[in-house]
Amino acid sequence: MTTTPPSPCSITLVGVGGQGTILTSDLLALAAMHAGFDVKKSEIHGMSQRGGSVVSQVRYGERVRSPIIPEGATDVLVAFERNEALRFAHLLKPGGLLLVNDTERIPVTVSSGAQPPAERLSERLAAYPGLHLVPADRIAAEVGNVRTANVVLVGALSKLLDAIPDDAWQSALRQRVPAKFLDVNLSAFSAGRAAL
Amino acid sequence: MSQKLLLSANEAIARAAWRAGCSVAAAYPGTPSTEIMENIGKYKGEINCEWSVNEKVAMEVVIGASLAGVRALTAMKHVGLNVAMDPLMTFTNIGAIGGLVIVTADDPSMHSSQNEQDNRALAKFARCLLLEPSDSQEAYDMTLAAFELSEKYQVPAILRITTRTAHTSTLVDPGEGTRTVPPAIPYVKNPARNIPIPAFARGMRYKVEERTKALRALSEESPFNRAEPGTGDLGIVASGVAYQYVREVFPEVPVFKVGLSYPPPLDAIRAFAAPLKRLVVVEECDPVLADQIRAAGIPVLETATELHMMELNPTRLAALRAELLGTPAPAAAEPEAGIPPRPPVLCAGCSHRGPFYVLGKLKATVTGDIGCYTLGLSPPLSAMDTTVCMGAAIGNAIGMKKANLPNPRLAAVMGDSTFFHSGMTGLLDAVYNKTPITLLVLDNRITAMTGHQPNPGSGRTILGIDSPAVRIADIAKAFGVPRIHEVDPYDLATLENTLKECLESGETSLVVVRGPCVLNEKIGGQRISVVDAEKCRACGACFRLGCPAIVRGETAPDGKRTKSAIDPQACIGCTLCNQVCPFGAITTKNLR
Repeated sequence: MTTTPPSPCSITLVGVGGQGTILTSDLLALAAMHAGFDVKKSEIHGMSQRGGSVVSQVRYGERVRSPIIPEGATDVLVAFERNEALRFAHLLKPGGLLLVNDTERIPVTVSSGAQPPAERLSERLAAYPGLHLVPADRIAAEVGNVRTANVVLVGALSKLLDAIPDDAWQSALRQRVPAKFLDVNLSAFSAGRAAL
Repeated sequence: MSQKLLLSANEAIARAAWRAGCSVAAAYPGTPSTEIMENIGKYKGEINCEWSVNEKVAMEVVIGASLAGVRALTAMKHVGLNVAMDPLMTFTNIGAIGGLVIVTADDPSMHSSQNEQDNRALAKFARCLLLEPSDSQEAYDMTLAAFELSEKYQVPAILRITTRTAHTSTLVDPGEGTRTVPPAIPYVKNPARNIPIPAFARGMRYKVEERTKALRALSEESPFNRAEPGTGDLGIVASGVAYQYVREVFPEVPVFKVGLSYPPPLDAIRAFAAPLKRLVVVEECDPVLADQIRAAGIPVLETATELHMMELNPTRLAALRAELLGTPAPAAAEPEAGIPPRPPVLCAGCSHRGPFYVLGKLKATVTGDIGCYTLGLSPPLSAMDTTVCMGAAIGNAIGMKKANLPNPRLAAVMGDSTFFHSGMTGLLDAVYNKTPITLLVLDNRITAMTGHQPNPGSGRTILGIDSPAVRIADIAKAFGVPRIHEVDPYDLATLENTLKECLESGETSLVVVRGPCVLNEKIGGQRISVVDAEKCRACGACFRLGCPAIVRGETAPDGKRTKSAIDPQACIGCTLCNQVCPFGAITTKNLR
């Protein structure tokens, strides 16, 4: 997807505490920086880390002012889990894209019986025309490390953001991923890119 | 050419402190300020830093360093500055010698806090220099300037960041050059300058007014305060990250950006406002600038759009734009209905779960405190009645006891770091006044909520050196607490017997529940609990632990209830569910 400056490209990333959303938003922000863009990456830590919903926002472009993405202005929503995808889908702009890890983490409120599960989750997600479902957990397992599902999603995301060239993503991965895990993460990135 | 870096404001402040030659740093962890000291810790060979036991001590440490003639920095969350106000309110009159920078990280919208307070009011109250960065580059530049100005004007400099600036990464050009430590200003014994006995304190009071006058002149000329031209008869004064929202939503409007905000540049703002018909101030949270601008006789429009509570954002400013300029705000889409909430919970195997389960079972009234364990309030544990501030659990319990609360089972609960921070004095008060309360210290030997910083119970410091791991029971013994117990958090029967005995003893009692933080010590993978579906009668007893590893399994024969199951990925084998199951349906399976 191409965004013409000065309007920044706005990516919202949502998941469950512990799923590795922070690495994904770091890689996206660094790649945008290496591509020569202004960039802002915002995330809220704290109580939200204890298994709750987590949200990061990344914006890049010629010049970025607000680190917070206005409601209804998200170009791409990256969701690490299907409930979270639907919880935040209203933040998308009309025609925005939805990149979703095709997996489900049952909230404690449901597993304990306090709340009913979301109804018709798959069907409601499919109603979004910009939906891309990626089996990131399965692809990560095939690549050889289930913990690289977040980088599989980065690979898939890179396919949707063609203003950021491949070498910028590669530089981001080399800068951010520890050397001993670099090869498996580069494979995860390529596999994610091939999945779209 | 220097390389641009992607840094959060917290990281930028740490780097600027290093660059500016800061020699001493002290802080107590608190979201969203924690990463400042964590990053300063990376320069521990050059900056002599510490995690202090609380913010008051941290403030006193950096005051000592400033008096000794070197540059020093402290950082804390907004409520931390309340704890540190006592030394600050007098030291501002004494005046800095080495540059002294105080970072206050405010939390609009209370993402991780118990209140929303605007510490810019405290900077004005203490007559300190106040700087408000709107991104990481400004956090970097303003930290450098804050050290210089603090030294030049002998004033403590306060940098006010918010959760959004603290935790947003933006591009920073750190500039040329490297760390430069100015020579220490030679220490001179000078009681008339440094001891505020009334005779000297009165002179200091006059000097502070002179200093504030000089700072007002500085503010008028500061490059951090500037008018940005635009079109139309509306003008906006903006500070902090709110400035970024204003620039995004009102690109064509004249804006006065306030970066050095106490004392505010009132003459410059007056000149900015002169040709305009309407002036609006956009600031997070209280009308601190707006009130000062109005008091100077410059009219400020009162907007119908609410701007003084909760974090601002471009969506809220779009509503302001609709009010002021008639531009229709974009219609917001409705969130999808029926998505189950996902609140934060105590981790599977958390050592805090057992004590709260037992307190709930004993129907105790529980005064609580600040930390992960505040989650003990959540259903199904629902075992906390009150929380006020760090250390308040004990004083609150003493007050309830003195007020003859009908429930005789009254317990105060706090964590180890909170006990060291400001629980010790409360416990001493209870012993001294013979108030029969029971204190539970949930001792996981780490400051967990903020991301596992070491504390006096951990046995190590931020400098990476070993230090004595202080045992809380030993402190209580020295205080003369008549009843002291140390209990395993995973032994429910002993917990229950001990608590019952203490709650009914009529004496001041301490129960230290000692168990590690499972996240910090990466416990797991050794064993798990498993449910025998044949034996499970779907009674729901294990669900009352509120453990995220216990999930709904197969449907019970009655077709209504569901049996329990355990998520083997989440379970760490703490055995609490084994102990509460009345039918022996849950057993431990060793994985290795």
